Amino acid sequence: MPNLLEVRDLKTQFFTSSGTVRAVDGISYDVEEGETVALVGESGCGKSVSALSILRLIPNPPGRIVGGSVRFMGQNLLDLNDEGIRHVRGRQISMVFQEPMTSLNPVLTIGLQLTEMMELHLGLNNEEATRKAAEYLDMVGIADSKRRLKQYPHHLSGGMRQRVMIAMALCCEPRLIIADEPTTALDVTIQAQILEVMKDLSQRLGVALIIITHNLGVVARYADRVNVMYAGKIIERGNARDIYKNPRHPYTLGLLHSVPRMDLPRKEKLDPIDGQPPDLTKLPEGCAFRVRCRYEVEKCGVEVPHLESIGTGHLSACWQKNDLHNAAAGVSS
Amino acid sequence: MYKYILKRILLMIPTIVGAAVIVFFLLRAIPGDVCELRMAGSGLYADPEAIKICQQNLGIDQPLYIQFFDFVWGFMTFDLGESMWTGKSITEEIGLRFELSLQVAIMATLTATVIAIPLGTISAIKQDTWVDYVVRIFSIAGIAMPSFWLGILIILGLLIATQKVTGTPWMPPIEYTPIWVDPFANLSQLVWPAMATGYRYSAVATRMTRSALLEVLREDYVRTARAKGLFEKLIINRHALKNAMLPVTTVIGLEFAFLMGGLVVTEQVFNLNGLGKLFVESVLNSDYTVTQSLVMLVAVVFILTNFVIDILYAWLDPRIRYA
Repeated sequence: MPNLLEVRDLKTQFFTSSGTVRAVDGISYDVEEGETVALVGESGCGKSVSALSILRLIPNPPGRIVGGSVRFMGQNLLDLNDEGIRHVRGRQISMVFQEPMTSLNPVLTIGLQLTEMMELHLGLNNEEATRKAAEYLDMVGIADSKRRLKQYPHHLSGGMRQRVMIAMALCCEPRLIIADEPTTALDVTIQAQILEVMKDLSQRLGVALIIITHNLGVVARYADRVNVMYAGKIIERGNARDIYKNPRHPYTLGLLHSVPRMDLPRKEKLDPIDGQPPDLTKLPEGCAFRVRCRYEVEKCGVEVPHLESIGTGHLSACWQKNDLHNAAAGVSS
Repeated sequence: MYKYILKRILLMIPTIVGAAVIVFFLLRAIPGDVCELRMAGSGLYADPEAIKICQQNLGIDQPLYIQFFDFVWGFMTFDLGESMWTGKSITEEIGLRFELSLQVAIMATLTATVIAIPLGTISAIKQDTWVDYVVRIFSIAGIAMPSFWLGILIILGLLIATQKVTGTPWMPPIEYTPIWVDPFANLSQLVWPAMATGYRYSAVATRMTRSALLEVLREDYVRTARAKGLFEKLIINRHALKNAMLPVTTVIGLEFAFLMGGLVVTEQVFNLNGLGKLFVESVLNSDYTVTQSLVMLVAVVFILTNFVIDILYAWLDPRIRYA
């Protein structure tokens, strides 16, 4: 299948008074048509910034995309002028944000916030747009959609608002939806519902999906391919099964050890990753994960490891990737 | 929405009563009264008997609570009585000046709003560019310049400019003409004080618009609007400005209410016979009836303005409307 999106060596930096923050530091990945790709990592690893960079939504100043390319259906989005990228936003690529409570405009009706996009991008008149808006609300599981269109965001619960956001993301029939931590702000019970809705609709409508999350459970269940990020770089990539059963980067391994599991004895202790994520203004020499890593060797402090293949579609950026095999066996036991 | 409006209207009653109580008793707490001032004001000896008769005539020898109920009753029946100093009907005295002050306040508000909202918006959108700096200098200058001083400059400027152009200097008319009698004469007198006060007023509102909009532009929902691929113009006008208008409405409303009674010096400069002037005179004369009527009038204007602001809030923000 052809690639819908090709991100190559993308670099986004923030120029602040305390130095240059290298939030996204040369990442590359692909998204195929209709595929679900996950970007995983802890807070501050640059996953959200990399997503916002695709649609050039980085606030400038202080942020700027300083290098790389984002090819969407063959066209580099970073080369487009303002009007060009406007036609892509919401129409070809749409976004679902993390905070449903603040991501909808509090003083405009749900209906207006849905129809204005369709009127603009699809050239529908108000009546058609309203009818379609109601259809999409039905689709994302909002009952009584006609009445909901006239309501304001504060009438809806967080889960409902996220459904509205999903309806907004879908309503112009885009090719790709970027969901930036779509369930982080929601109750656990609602999280599953929202993810099911997204997965189901994206499959039914053939939309590709980038899910950005720190939740490995979400990844396991919904993603076809997984990119694990650390300190602005992708450090491991593979399909969900590879990442779970055969992790080849100490960071991925650490993440998996940090997740509580129902199938292990209760006295089994969690094994978190020690230390803090590095300061992105002054990254250490060599591998950024080195200081927190249990498998450090001399080479790690000298040379930055690059993503290299260890099997079909499975890549890792670690000098010890081949020796991690045995250590990893413990996780899948 | 109706429930909200009704609630706001009912809330106005205790506020007005509270204002009346404070005004009445604070005024009486000032030593000396109108009779002493009138007869012994210049330090001459006055017959205590005469002062007593004067006090009896004006009713200020009565116990305070009786005077208070008289005042409240008079206020409720719109019979404000006579001035203790001049003996003229207060309703008449105030009525004439109220018209003038109201017109200046409305004109200044319109000037300020028309200037402030576009300027503040441009300034916020073009933050930290030369456009922003020019607007910020314009508004800081407006806040720094007292409006009476600007008034003097305007009058001087008019004199010099008309002298240069026509050969004879022209000054705005001194006599007040109601707008429905002669709109031209009326406006040629009142446009200038409205400009002088409107500039300072617009400066305050411009700064408020700018900072409110800057804050709103950082909100998540503005990012959502961008991500939806809307035109920048639509994002500003529909998504951002409506949210940013809340604090701006408050500033504009409060400034309006302030203008209704606070134009003391500017009125002097333009020789306007407005409420501010009457205010100063009545306080200096210990003219209880006029002072308390004026303070009550300004209090009512403030309360009504706040009421209008509350309604505007509800109109702008559905969260208030449905609360």
